[in-house]
Amino acid sequence: MRNDSLLALLAVFVPFSLVSIGGGTSVLAGIQHEAVDVHHWVTTREFVDLFAISRAAPGPGSMLTTLIGWHVGGFVGALVATFALFLPSSMLCYGFAMVWRRYRGRRWHTALEQGLAPIGIGLMMAGVVAILRISSGGILSWTIAFGSAGLLSWRPKLHPLLLLLLGGGIFVALRAVHWPVL
Amino acid sequence: MFFRIGLLSFGGGVSGWVYREVVVLRRWMDEDEFMSGLALSQILPGANITNLSIYVGQKLHGLAGAAATFIGLLSGPFFAVLALAGVYSALKTVSYAEPAMDGVAAAAIGLLLIIVARGARRTTRSPQGLIALLATFIGVGLLHFSLLLVVAVVGPLSVIAAWRRNVADAQ
Repeated sequence: MRNDSLLALLAVFVPFSLVSIGGGTSVLAGIQHEAVDVHHWVTTREFVDLFAISRAAPGPGSMLTTLIGWHVGGFVGALVATFALFLPSSMLCYGFAMVWRRYRGRRWHTALEQGLAPIGIGLMMAGVVAILRISSGGILSWTIAFGSAGLLSWRPKLHPLLLLLLGGGIFVALRAVHWPVL
Repeated sequence: MFFRIGLLSFGGGVSGWVYREVVVLRRWMDEDEFMSGLALSQILPGANITNLSIYVGQKLHGLAGAAATFIGLLSGPFFAVLALAGVYSALKTVSYAEPAMDGVAAAAIGLLLIIVARGARRTTRSPQGLIALLATFIGVGLLHFSLLLVVAVVGPLSVIAAWRRNVADAQ
């Protein structure tokens, strides 16, 4: 019985790992369908709660999987689910990284590298906009984002953690005085 | 180092942090190599940050390096998220938790903006690079087309443009 549910975790999350192009958010809807509707591992309400927790915790957003695994099979379930989601894509990436590096300097490789670089940057810009859009801070989020970028390019040795604390501090302070934007 | 990054990576600004540690402070790889790894890690399936870490680990110490970054990156969040789930019901009542997270996430975005700025300056030296960057950003970020579709269209065009540019430069 117990082994069955662990196998089910593997069967669900390994395929998701290999199609999660663009990161965990692209398979979020699929994970919800499998975990809630198909396997009844969690209720919709629990799923939303687990999602919020995984967003508030450090690490990739897809740590949601860890929590679902934990719900299904305790500590072992959490381990199995985490590896099922992260290991296959990582192995694929490892293979690609090896091949990628072996051909460095070839002309087609240079073209690939130069051709893909602007796309990588464009995707990253899209990601920035997406995150800022869902956060509740509005214009303040943008200000803090650009402010911290400016501060860090002015003082590159500044520790990032300090900036993160500062950002969180400013938000909490403004909430405390009931600043209208928050 | 990746253990620290994993544990402190709130809200998605992590690649900026990796960039700072790997390229700016430790000089483990140059900017070109990093940017190419960044593009690779975004296009392949999997969390971007995990892929990027594997790429860096593989470069430094092969399989052992990649395994070390993988474990280092994920072990911290693994326990953190379980711990947080344990105290969640208590946390729900703290009204400052949410703005604090949003503020931290916003500051983390600042780290990303630094790579975006550098990368944009470098890749838009050619007009084709600028077009590819804008097309990707507008397609995915503003019009919400599927990432796969945009990469499938813009990718080959951009690579062909870079190839022709290099051939022209060589002559």
